[in-house]
Amino acid sequence: MNTCEITLRGVRLRPLASGALFWDEPELLCLSDLHLGKSDRIARRTGTLMPPYETRDALMRIEADLAATGARTVICLGDSFDDLAAAQSLDEDERLWLARLQAGRRWIWIEGNHDPGPVDLGGTHLAELRQGPLTFRHIAEPGARGEVSGHYHPKARIVARGRQISRACFLFDAERLILPAYGTYTGGLIWTAPELRGLLGREARAALVGEPLHVLPVPAA
Amino acid sequence: MGALPPNITSWFDHRGWQVHPHQHALLDRAEEPAVLLIAPTGGGKTLAGFLPTLAALADGAHTGLHTLYISPLKALAADIRRNLGTPIAEIGLPIRVEDRTGDTSATQKKRQRADPPHILLTTPESLALLLSYEDAPRMFAGLRRVIVDEIHALAESKRGDQLMLALARLQTFCPGLRRVGLSATVEDPGAIARFLALHPDPCEIVYADPGPEPDISMLETGERPPWSGGGGRYAIPAVLEAVKQHRTTLIFHNTRAQAEIFFHELWLANDESLPIGIHHGSLAREQRERVEGAMAAGDLRAIVCTGSLDLGIDWGDVDLVIQVGAPKNVKRLVQRIGRANHRYNAPSKALLVPANRFEVVECVAALEAVKARDLDGEPRGRGPRDVLCQHILIAACAGPFGADDLYAEVIRAGAYARLTRAEFDACLDFVATGGYALRAYDRWQRLKQRPDGLWELRDPRAATRIRMNLGTIQDTDTLKVRLKNRMGGKPLGEVEEAFAATLTPGDTFLIGGQVVRYEGLREMTVEVTRRADKPPKIATFMGTKFATSTQLSARILRMFQQESWPELPGHTGEWLGLQRRFSKLPEADRLLIESFPHDGRLHTCVYGFAGRNAMQTLGLLVTARMDEMGLAPMGFVSTDYAVLIWGLEILEDPAPLFAADDLRKTFETWLAGNAVMKRTFRAVATIAGLLERNIPTSARKSGRQATFSSDILYDTLAKYDPDHLLMQITREEALRGLVDFGRIEEMLARTEGRIDHVVLDRLTPLAAPLFLEPGRVPVQGGATERILAEAADRIIAEAGLAS
Repeated sequence: MNTCEITLRGVRLRPLASGALFWDEPELLCLSDLHLGKSDRIARRTGTLMPPYETRDALMRIEADLAATGARTVICLGDSFDDLAAAQSLDEDERLWLARLQAGRRWIWIEGNHDPGPVDLGGTHLAELRQGPLTFRHIAEPGARGEVSGHYHPKARIVARGRQISRACFLFDAERLILPAYGTYTGGLIWTAPELRGLLGREARAALVGEPLHVLPVPAA
Repeated sequence: MGALPPNITSWFDHRGWQVHPHQHALLDRAEEPAVLLIAPTGGGKTLAGFLPTLAALADGAHTGLHTLYISPLKALAADIRRNLGTPIAEIGLPIRVEDRTGDTSATQKKRQRADPPHILLTTPESLALLLSYEDAPRMFAGLRRVIVDEIHALAESKRGDQLMLALARLQTFCPGLRRVGLSATVEDPGAIARFLALHPDPCEIVYADPGPEPDISMLETGERPPWSGGGGRYAIPAVLEAVKQHRTTLIFHNTRAQAEIFFHELWLANDESLPIGIHHGSLAREQRERVEGAMAAGDLRAIVCTGSLDLGIDWGDVDLVIQVGAPKNVKRLVQRIGRANHRYNAPSKALLVPANRFEVVECVAALEAVKARDLDGEPRGRGPRDVLCQHILIAACAGPFGADDLYAEVIRAGAYARLTRAEFDACLDFVATGGYALRAYDRWQRLKQRPDGLWELRDPRAATRIRMNLGTIQDTDTLKVRLKNRMGGKPLGEVEEAFAATLTPGDTFLIGGQVVRYEGLREMTVEVTRRADKPPKIATFMGTKFATSTQLSARILRMFQQESWPELPGHTGEWLGLQRRFSKLPEADRLLIESFPHDGRLHTCVYGFAGRNAMQTLGLLVTARMDEMGLAPMGFVSTDYAVLIWGLEILEDPAPLFAADDLRKTFETWLAGNAVMKRTFRAVATIAGLLERNIPTSARKSGRQATFSSDILYDTLAKYDPDHLLMQITREEALRGLVDFGRIEEMLARTEGRIDHVVLDRLTPLAAPLFLEPGRVPVQGGATERILAEAADRIIAEAGLAS
């Protein structure tokens, strides 16, 4: 386990190699943009039949993160399901697996633009959550302070030694933190995109997902 | 049949032309189910294919489509339309000829479906698209003949497999359909004939007079060729001299990058400003058309080119072909040589320019093979199943179908004759349900079976998206290059995305023979200016890097066993003699491995002679095994004939490294994470219809985070469903192409563990050129992480931040 830390409004947060965020003192694990059931939605809308394994792959990684951190609260920061019908598409095994992960924990579904309503899968459904000095919501709001959000699937791109390396990343400055997408079937928005650059201050940094986590300043453009 | 109507005969007489014997032969065989014509370029091959059609249509009695002509190039279809227009107009034949390609307008296409011409000229992709419409049987009703031009080229790719499946489909609508194939000289005409004919119909092969022996030799230069490299720069004065002495010269190169460099250097030395152009597949269409136009008008003295000129348009006035770099493959050399002196019965003239000392040996071996008419080629594999999956989708677009009927039809295509019913069913299952082992799509199947047993699209609207993604040609990840200006900028061509990613504003590179300066990236277009203030980088272009063929490699190994080499230039013969004195020369049935220290590192050189792709793979596998054994390999470099590995530990016993089973096991593991495999998978998944290259505008999402990389699908299947159909197909392809494990197997089979390990205290003559070879590969012991860590430290230090 790495030792990288981010301080937001005096709260010390730990980005994990998996792309999840851990807050020690309330034992809170935050995951964003799981996009469970994405293959189902693609099949329904386009007819293309992707390998239908993204849900079990994400559940397996969540299980590992829960085991490693012993989290008592889990916040899924929106776009947990690729759409509301995709939430219905989980098969029996996957539902039971999710229920097992939820057992004995506080589990919060924050609503996202893909999943704007409650789902019948246990846990609490909220538009956003305030915990201590922090606000957890799906899409960052301009001017917010002490905010943890997702939505954009930020990814870093580095060119070094004639090679280009792309990695999902956490983006943060003193006031906000944007989580990478945790879901298996997710792409990314480049860290220098105007949507992202406009939200973060000049001193913004990125923590690149992986073992170990590399922390870099975000380039201007 | 067999006789030409008098008006056609008199047109020939009027022109003072004779009907060639092979043209007669095709007329005589007009009613045969399939005929293959093998003829050199310029032998009136295309006319031979069309004469029976012209004869049959001369009386104006036929209505509707009569002959379908398929060519691999759109440009060729347009060219043929013009060429056929002349006799049809002059004889006054009542025949309508039209072409239909990706460039044809939508109105024209629609009209062609309702009212088809007598002769339709098209490409395999446009034909596949036509067959996906419900009205295909009506459009093709009455079709009598199909002519497949340049069939030798189509047979080398999946486009040919797709075409043959389409023809099997057509044959169901038109049972009396006759097939004619037109081919350049090939090593195994029987294989092309089986590929062409409806299985198990016979296919007669007609050989046109091959014409006089080509006049082919190695270019004499004052300069000695260098020890390594592929540019052929040393030969520029001699090449310019040859260009001056001929009317028009084609200068072939093996790669686009080499063509660019050579062209650039040629112009620096072109004191007389001879008009010389460049042509390759990464240049913008406008640029290529300009060069083709100038060539047709006779305005150019030479064209520096690549395989993009291997096919197609007849340049009548070419009187010299120069091949720079070893030809790698004798068949392609012969076909290239044939591009000079198209006039029947004039000998083709060609010069070979070896780019380095080793290539001198390869060129001499190739010259001997040409003289002996000993052509080479890889045997054609079975019809690939990703193409079959697409064919099933095409069938579904056209309407409900029965699995039994479609299977019966598919196995009549020669390449699919041995497809088992179980294999077919697996493809159908993949198309219908995804074919996944651990979880099934039940509600959203792509195809569903109706109560009457026929299969149909679950959602008929899906047909539009399927049609948008037909074809087997793979777009590579390239970015367009444009001159930056207010009017949008002139297109220059394209470069690989990975190359573009390494550019920073101010860098310069070569494209279309000019040095341009990278200014920035705008909406996936590389913007450049004409400010050449730095020495140019070398742009990398996709495009095949050919491996030396198995047969040519074997010929070189046989040459090595000679006592002396009077046929080689003195410097090259002496070099081989020195190798024999200090070490050994490689032999075909043994594997020579040399180990020696050099420059503070320990080196091992493996002379596998398996071709560049397989040698690259061998380098990756052997270094992975050395890493496991604690031999700390640091990197390697490979060529067509050897791989040179360097590291920290001495290799005592190479035998365990080449134990076939262990090597295969390492291969399996290595495949899982390999970038080449992921690229192969992407191509397979795209052809099979899992990935879409084109999406309707209405369905495009704004945010780019909506799309995810196909590498994720590969990793997911490798983890949860490693035996999925697409993974099977991907592994099958790894035996050929860029991974080419098949040639490693061939090397293991021919040497059978007979290893000669020569340990020396210094490097050997044969290994020396490898030290100068570009393309060194560092061994990836977590190299990516290391580079990332370095970059992070550096950026942080530059930003004045503490880590």
